[in-house]
Amino acid sequence: MDLNKRYTPQTWPDHPETATLEGKNKFVGFWLLLAAETVTFASLFATYLALKDKGPSGMEFSASGLFELPLVFAMTMILLTSSLTSVYAMYHMKNHNFKAMQAWLGITVLLGLAFLGLEIYEFNHYVHLGFGFTNSAFSSAFYVLVGTHGAHVVFGLSWFIALMLRNAKRGLNMYNAPKFYLAALYWHFIDVVWVFIFTVVYLMGVIG
Amino acid sequence: MAHDTHDIHRSRTEFEFIKKKRATEMRGQLTSFAMMIFLTLIAFTLVAADFSNYLIVPIILLLAAIQVVLQLYNFMHMSNKGHGMMAFFMFSGIFVAFTIVLTMVTIVWW
Amino acid sequence: MSSNSQKKGFGATIWDYLTTVDHKKIAILYLISGGFFFLVGGVEAMMIRIQLMKAGNDFLSAGTYNEVLTMHGTTMIFLAAMPILLAFMNAVSPLQIGARDVAFPFLNSLGFWLFFFGGIFLNLSWFLGGAPDAGWTNYASLALASEGHGIDFYSLGLTISGFGTLIAGINFLVTIINMRAPGMTYMRMPLFTWTTFVASALILLAFPPLTVGIFFMVFDRLFGANFFDVTMGGNTIIWEHFFWIFGHPEVYILILPAFGIFSEIFAIFSRKRLFGYTALVFATILIGFYGFMVWAHHMFTVGLGPTANAVFALATMIIAVPTGIKIFNWLLTIWGGNISFTVPMIYAVAFIPSFVAGGVTGVMQAIAPLDYQLHDSYFIVAHFHYVIVGGVVLAILAGTHLYWPKMFGTMLSEKLGKWTFWFFFIGFHLTFFIQHFLGLMGMPRRVYTFGADQGWDLFNAISSAGALLMAIGILILLVNVVMTVMKGERVGNDPWGDGRTLEWAIPSPPPFYNFAQTPLVRGLDPYWIEKMEGNKEGMVYAEPLGDIHMPNGSFIPFVISLGMFIAAFGAMYHTDGHAWALPVLIGGLAITFGSMLVRSLKDDLGFHVTKEELIADNERIQREARALEGGKKGGLK
Repeated sequence: MDLNKRYTPQTWPDHPETATLEGKNKFVGFWLLLAAETVTFASLFATYLALKDKGPSGMEFSASGLFELPLVFAMTMILLTSSLTSVYAMYHMKNHNFKAMQAWLGITVLLGLAFLGLEIYEFNHYVHLGFGFTNSAFSSAFYVLVGTHGAHVVFGLSWFIALMLRNAKRGLNMYNAPKFYLAALYWHFIDVVWVFIFTVVYLMGVIG
Repeated sequence: MAHDTHDIHRSRTEFEFIKKKRATEMRGQLTSFAMMIFLTLIAFTLVAADFSNYLIVPIILLLAAIQVVLQLYNFMHMSNKGHGMMAFFMFSGIFVAFTIVLTMVTIVWW
Repeated sequence: MSSNSQKKGFGATIWDYLTTVDHKKIAILYLISGGFFFLVGGVEAMMIRIQLMKAGNDFLSAGTYNEVLTMHGTTMIFLAAMPILLAFMNAVSPLQIGARDVAFPFLNSLGFWLFFFGGIFLNLSWFLGGAPDAGWTNYASLALASEGHGIDFYSLGLTISGFGTLIAGINFLVTIINMRAPGMTYMRMPLFTWTTFVASALILLAFPPLTVGIFFMVFDRLFGANFFDVTMGGNTIIWEHFFWIFGHPEVYILILPAFGIFSEIFAIFSRKRLFGYTALVFATILIGFYGFMVWAHHMFTVGLGPTANAVFALATMIIAVPTGIKIFNWLLTIWGGNISFTVPMIYAVAFIPSFVAGGVTGVMQAIAPLDYQLHDSYFIVAHFHYVIVGGVVLAILAGTHLYWPKMFGTMLSEKLGKWTFWFFFIGFHLTFFIQHFLGLMGMPRRVYTFGADQGWDLFNAISSAGALLMAIGILILLVNVVMTVMKGERVGNDPWGDGRTLEWAIPSPPPFYNFAQTPLVRGLDPYWIEKMEGNKEGMVYAEPLGDIHMPNGSFIPFVISLGMFIAAFGAMYHTDGHAWALPVLIGGLAITFGSMLVRSLKDDLGFHVTKEELIADNERIQREARALEGGKKGGLK
């Protein structure tokens, strides 16, 4: 693959992410990884549901007393919006508009950071209330489920930032287009998981 | 390299057409986004309005499922051509995922 | 860069293997390290049989027996059987579909090194304060109570090697989906490739639950979580479910490639197209699907309730149907064939009755009420050894003989191979057949001794004698390997003479770029078709000779895996309050993620083998082939 090959919007292929065999391999492999991730998160959700509100006798915390919806609502809106901004980034990637893509990815990263900040605030808040990781089966299951999602957010953000910095000077080519595309896919998947987290953990938690 | 891309040279009209098609698609994405926001709002409102649990739980799970379909098929382009094998594995994964969740909420011991 | 295989120094060879991304070399790495762990697991098996040789034996203490037993199972499943099958998958299935390479050469290497370091980590437990002792199933109620770090070695070691396996699975799936040669439709793929495909799909979906379960175990034991701690609201049955949601597909991950190897053998040595190819393919897919529906039959006695038990009992019995379809197809492939009883074929023929016996006892256990009687007795031990040794290990031994020439370019001795077979086969039935009766007589599994008054002495002694025969068989195989390597007699493309699929159309061992030109596949058994049409060139090709793009070797996979290996020590000793543990944990993870970052930031575009180099290399291959031909004629006089 020639890295120095320059593309214009006219010569840029329709689906740059799958235009090369390498890209196609990455693309299929990444989807398969997402299938495995689906099972991983299902396992975490299943454990959470089995251990919800379970703890030593006299445990003072329960899902309905602990979670607060306004914060979760804000986090949900932020993450959903960041999913849209990464769609915009990919729209510009397909139009071979590098600057616009970087700008939208930048917004996505900022939104992701905001989400992460709120999550850290939330965890910190719970720990201060006395709801620590080691307190009960419920707390362990909660932190591992939501924390694994948070770790995915961290990884996704690092991925975006690394790609943006690495390619800032050289623009889009056939080598990095699949990478951008996959990072965006990953970001959407993080959002998919969050949809279930806010539904199953928070909304269903609050109603008891 | 044998498998490298073939060079593409589009005519002006062809290019304009594709660009326009993408812009239309993008408007579709905006609609999906609006729907997601709307579904989320319904879910939170239902919970805040304090209906019966037997009503809320199935509805919010359904809303979540619809959102996921929107994400997968629109944002992640699973509806596009060449995604057949991916869809197959995704659905296999979802099937296993469903089995695991079903297990842990039903037959896990007490 | 040049393909000419000049003699390299020892250090250069080691470095070559540490950095290789070539699937054929990775196959050799898998075979060697899997083979090593197979021997380790074998020694552990012998120790078990020596201990149980007579009543009240004191060869092993109760505690040591638990460790040996646990490590035997864990090693054999995770570190021996699976890697050796991965070796054949790596060596053969990319060639069978005419692929230039695997989809992710770098990840392929990473997968191997993760498995390797995970295996080493697990086995270091012997030297660092004691091995895991809660059985290979590592049930949480036992595992949480286990003192020392044995269980931590188990969970961290399997986490690392589990990532490796997952990566290998994704790699094969993508290779088979994307990189089939022109004309190689799904329904023309050789059965070994099909079983690789389905087994990889099972790896993809079955390993995540195991990883999650093991993570819970790590969190519980090392970081104070309470997933399985009943006093804190936890539930130990969660572990059992996760283990078996993974564990049952796992046995199909092992047996399906074994089926694939035997399918190839039956077709080659009966000189017939596989009978009922389509049925075999769909049976494979069906087995893969059912693999996820039956795990709770390992848990009938847990007390899940009559409904759950009934559902899983029925589902389990259904699996016998696709397996039966396969058995009959193999029998009908042999039927009327022009059979040659080479060593692989003998194994294949012996496999059918052995495996059927294991399958039948499996269906017996699917009857939940009967399972209450058989559970935790030696009947179970006999059953799963009949399917795993009678199925998987026979396939591994058969595959070793069958694919040895393709992997190393030399032929294992048929004579010694037959000796191995008879010792191993007789020893196997002697060891395990009688254990059915020990089980029915009430001998419990996993117990380190028995009393002289229980009447189990004779049968146990016979069983131990059988194990000795198996060990002798394996020793003969090792002698065979050493002699073959020492002799170093080269063989041609198709050493068995009746190869049907693409891997036999290429030199043994294949050049590092596989086919110089991608072959065109014109039907099932493409090489056989060309042979029958008298094609002197070997194959019809789909492209003109041109430059070939190849990936660069890389040391990074080794470093990534090493980082995880180091981090695992930090995580483990962190609980003992060592001051150095946390920095080691962080440092190890920094090595891992740092090297991943380097990989992702540094462009690695690979290199090209030019057309001229290919032509030169091809001439060398032709020369060698002619020399081989001449040598053969000389030798025949």
